[in-house]
Amino acid sequence: MIIGTAKESYRADAALLTTRPQQVWTAILLAVLTTLPFVLNDYWLYLTCLLTINVIAATGLNILTGFTGQVSLGQAAFMAVGAYTVAWLEREAGTPFLLNLVLGGGVSAALGIVVGIPSLRVKGLYLAIATIAASFILHFVFVHWESVTGGNTGINVAPARFFGVELTTYFGLYWVIMPVTVLMVLGAANLFRTRIGRAFIAIRDRDISAEVLGIPLLKYKLMSFAIASFYAGVAGGLWAYFFRVVTPESFPFMASVFLLAAIIVGGMGTIIGGIVGAAFMTLTPELLRFVVEWLGPWVPNAATLLSPVRTIVFGALIIGFLVFEPQGLAEIIQRVRRFFRLWPFKT
Amino acid sequence: MSDFLFFIEVSLAGLGSGALLALTALAFVLIYKATRVVNLAVGEILMLGGYLFFAFAAGAGLSPWLALPLAVVGGGILGAVVERGIIRPMLGEAAISVFMVTVGLGSVLVGFTELIWGADPRSLPAFISTKPLFLGEAYVSRKIAVAFVVAAVVIGVFLMLFRFWRGGVALRATATDQAAAYSCGINVPGVFSIAWIIGCATAAGAGILLGAIGGISPTMGVFGLSALVVVIVGGLDSILGALVGGLALGLIQSWTSTYLGGEYTNVVTFGILIVALMIRPYGLFGTHEIERL
Repeated sequence: MIIGTAKESYRADAALLTTRPQQVWTAILLAVLTTLPFVLNDYWLYLTCLLTINVIAATGLNILTGFTGQVSLGQAAFMAVGAYTVAWLEREAGTPFLLNLVLGGGVSAALGIVVGIPSLRVKGLYLAIATIAASFILHFVFVHWESVTGGNTGINVAPARFFGVELTTYFGLYWVIMPVTVLMVLGAANLFRTRIGRAFIAIRDRDISAEVLGIPLLKYKLMSFAIASFYAGVAGGLWAYFFRVVTPESFPFMASVFLLAAIIVGGMGTIIGGIVGAAFMTLTPELLRFVVEWLGPWVPNAATLLSPVRTIVFGALIIGFLVFEPQGLAEIIQRVRRFFRLWPFKT
Repeated sequence: MSDFLFFIEVSLAGLGSGALLALTALAFVLIYKATRVVNLAVGEILMLGGYLFFAFAAGAGLSPWLALPLAVVGGGILGAVVERGIIRPMLGEAAISVFMVTVGLGSVLVGFTELIWGADPRSLPAFISTKPLFLGEAYVSRKIAVAFVVAAVVIGVFLMLFRFWRGGVALRATATDQAAAYSCGINVPGVFSIAWIIGCATAAGAGILLGAIGGISPTMGVFGLSALVVVIVGGLDSILGALVGGLALGLIQSWTSTYLGGEYTNVVTFGILIVALMIRPYGLFGTHEIERL
């Protein structure tokens, strides 16, 4: 409970940033985001971009799974659809890259609606398994529709051009990826101030009750799938421009598990959860790399341990968060905020 | 005529792998029936069974006939530990959370396997003779035949246990209604443990058979996904469904990989899954749950 913030209008009550500290912190965050590319070296800039792309995909999945309650293990496949669309457009049509991104999202969203159709008959685990099936079928299409996807060798993507400038460095790409991410996250945050977003939440809490309350399940479930896939498609498109090559193995099934793990670790059903979850899950393997390098002198062939240790930590994080902190990092952040809000008194 | 013979041979091989699928599916069903948990780690436990057998037989130099029960017991112990350590605290959480916990568990198991035994595929020490077997004129690999017989026997034993053994009846009672089972004096948490132990031991056994046929590698847990398709199509809580679904899927996979090419197996498998979900979301033989507000 936030005290000392009397609201005088509904507008103020529904605003995104309700308190002065929130506004200040957001301003600081934006300032940090604009200075980051000037401070970081290439390696960290690379990680930041990758992290930001994951934030988009995780936020999209959070809309579908965290807010609408439709568990999907196919988010990476939709990223692949976006990436392939962008790569194909770049190769065949040569359209401007912002348009390609939007189209990538659009194609992905259209496919998301198709994959979402089973959600009308099945839910929960069964739906999760249906999305697994969809992602394996999509993978097959990527490998075998060679005239469009280039088969196993994939497609090379030309660098993005922005007003005649080729974006080949991480520094250049940052200025595309970061604003898009901020926009998408802002869009997601705003979505839940509208009728659509609240309908999603009602469906998550109890879909039959939601239907009784006059929310057409068909429309809203498919809409949620479309929005989530749109996010995945845009993330995939950025991914294509970032790595400049798209192959069927770029988005393995484990990437879907990774994204679902990210929102579980971050906190399902909170916007900040998608952000910190994706950041946490992207950075942890890198931190492990530093730990392994640091252990190098003492442990024989430490480098070969890296991949299995990453796998173990990945699984252990999922288990640990679900067992001990089911609300995720977002809940921890809340707790810290609560502590400082009332400090020096106990909460 | 030889075409027909070939078809029979392909079908027999399919039935063999189908029996393994059915056995793995049985592990899914057993655990789901008792605890309402879809355990995606079954595939990884299956892999671990193969590796345990490898460790006992090749590493420790035990006779395969001693290593076999040891590996199965090892799977059972793992099941007990997982149930008490991870699944019990998750009781009452959303089904999807528990599902994700088992996904995480699978990842942990794969990691440890790679850490201990390395990522390269290995072959198990031969304990089934490689002499070919002929049914009439049709050739069957002896390993596959043995796998089929063992799977059939194990499944038969399970069916008998569910029918006549006290614990089996307790398990069915728990599956039908937990509260009622409690009030009849059934130790429901005990049933959970038993189901996990038996389920994981079964999976480990299936892993040994599978490893004997195709070798072991940290990625063989993918077999669990095929078994998952079997249980979803057959019905998550139906042993009959696991049986029929397993054999059918084994046949279909064998036919597709022979007549269409190996890369089509996944598509056909998951295509069947989607069609089955659209027509009968609760599986061919599963219980149709009615939702109430």
